[in-house]
Amino acid sequence: MTRAAAGLLAIGALALAVAASAGWWDRADDLRRAAPAAPAPPAAAAVARGAYLARVGHCAGCHTSPGSADYAGGRVINTPFGAVVAANLTPDAQHGLGRWTAAAFRRALQQGRSADGRALLPACPYPNFSLIADADADDLWAYLQSLPAAAQAVPPHALRWPYALPAALTVWRALHFQPARLPELADSTLRRGAYLVGGLGHCSACHGERDRWGATAGAWDFRGGIIPEQGWLAPSLQDPRAAGASAWPVAETAALLKNGRNAQATVSGPMAVVVAHSTQYLSDADAAAVAAYLHQLPALPAPAPRSTPAPSAATLALGDKLYERHCGDCHGKQGEGVADDGPPLAGNRAVALASPVNVVRMVLGGGFGPSTAAQPRPPGMPPFATLLGDEEVAAIVSQVRWRFGNRASAVDALAVNRQR
Amino acid sequence: MHRRASPRAAALLTVGLLAALASLFAARPAAAADDDTLARRARACTGCHGQQGRAAPDGYYPRLAGKPAAYLFDQLLAFRDGRRQYALMTHLLEPLSDDYLRDLAAYFAALKLPYEPPLPLPPDLAADAAAQARARRLLTQGDAARQLPACSACHGAELTGALPGVPALLGLPRDYLNAQLGAWRTGTRAARAPDCMADVARRLAPDEVALLAAWLAAQPVPTTGSAAAPVAALPQPMPLRCGTTVAVAP
Repeated sequence: MTRAAAGLLAIGALALAVAASAGWWDRADDLRRAAPAAPAPPAAAAVARGAYLARVGHCAGCHTSPGSADYAGGRVINTPFGAVVAANLTPDAQHGLGRWTAAAFRRALQQGRSADGRALLPACPYPNFSLIADADADDLWAYLQSLPAAAQAVPPHALRWPYALPAALTVWRALHFQPARLPELADSTLRRGAYLVGGLGHCSACHGERDRWGATAGAWDFRGGIIPEQGWLAPSLQDPRAAGASAWPVAETAALLKNGRNAQATVSGPMAVVVAHSTQYLSDADAAAVAAYLHQLPALPAPAPRSTPAPSAATLALGDKLYERHCGDCHGKQGEGVADDGPPLAGNRAVALASPVNVVRMVLGGGFGPSTAAQPRPPGMPPFATLLGDEEVAAIVSQVRWRFGNRASAVDALAVNRQR
Repeated sequence: MHRRASPRAAALLTVGLLAALASLFAARPAAAADDDTLARRARACTGCHGQQGRAAPDGYYPRLAGKPAAYLFDQLLAFRDGRRQYALMTHLLEPLSDDYLRDLAAYFAALKLPYEPPLPLPPDLAADAAAQARARRLLTQGDAARQLPACSACHGAELTGALPGVPALLGLPRDYLNAQLGAWRTGTRAARAPDCMADVARRLAPDEVALLAAWLAAQPVPTTGSAAAPVAALPQPMPLRCGTTVAVAP
């Protein structure tokens, strides 16, 4: 029996035992109001602060379904354990938070409990949100309460057995959920940066490694990992060869978060969406604080470099030919890049990451950078999924990862096919 | 000696004048300095769509050049917001602002590219005068008994579309037309409510969808004068209330 199967069995058995022995195994107080009261209109300043915080937290990324009312929920988030549906956060009494209180909302963020006391699924990153200060939680609450109520029903989650059992969540929380604590930092800018990165910004939800139970190692793990069900790699923020910021001037990191690109890098994939809808709205002070915090993160000891074998001569020949035909116009003949167009591939650490998945996904699906104030009309790359076969994409990826001084590992057609 | 202008020169002059006139009315023309940027940006689109549209293993990528700007913009929003389903398009559009999408739509709407000649009618339809007459009747008269308006009532007398939001039915391949009408019938393509095209597609019989797609794909796009462009205004109000047209109305 594999360890995973044994673990599953253990959770299942525990779930049954708990379910059989107790009706109210994991409930906190019910903080709902009996009826939706008409609360005093929240102060405009609190609403404005809350709107800003909601953007910093990218709440809409999950809680707004494309084409629907803002924060009305309904967006399906696929996880390895089944489909989770984001809640309606508008003040609708039946489908939203109309019967919640400020205290219930605070508890939801900081302890991961619904207003009725039940535990929330950790698809909502409350291990991070546990850091959110009461005042910020209250401002977010004021903002959400100021939204028009959207009477939009949210379909139930569709988790696979046994994950839908309340007891499974109880066990998960016992093993994996601990409220986060801010690190000891003398500098107030660094403290602000840590608060945003670890808490509301929930960077570790993507940039942390997840274990087989979908748990991150907390708010301060930035070792990088594959984003579940999306297939993109969120690169390590603690490795200067990946997405670590220790070697960059702080202002350059802040520029990447606000503009989507800087002198060294251009964001792509899921991070382009995060910049487009969240980090570009960071105030200059907050962007600088986040950048300063990321800058001082200690680089993790890197594994000893292994010698990477060169791609075969045939692969390189095919790759060179395809590069000239499809890539060189925008990325330059020698991968040097073209101003205001294709970013350089030479010395581009996103190209030479240990894992090739992001380059494969970029060639297959293409992608635009984010529209930002600094770059409202970013360049974009066409998808090649419909133009090129797996062998050809593998040759291009192997070529750009080897040429131009990149010297990173080759990929084969099977690895490309898995990303389609 | 006084020479008359040749008919060819006159036609060219007319086309030129009309094109100049049309450009005056083009929705939000991008500033000249930006055209080059947009042309380079648009390569992310034409990689799949090509200049004339392009077939690929997973379907057909329609031509974008010359379609109404408001129609193209609304389609971009539809892909981004889930009214049309195609993962590659959704992924591409997710980080882009409405303003940028509007600029890209205007860029493609203003592109004047010649149309390729259509393929001939399929042999069975070419030999079936009654079926051809049936197609022409549906297109120009509809079927009042089934509340089917004439296609031309919304898409223009020449079926070249109508500003601001109705696209042409000509210059598209049979597979694409079949797929779109089929998608409307099954709900995988939707327009803003009230979704008039979904109603029309569902009132058509399956063999009529195939007939119209085959007939339309074999019609040449009129190339003289402004006939290839969408008409500026329909002579009569549209017979159906269509959400998209209401949404994009100036």
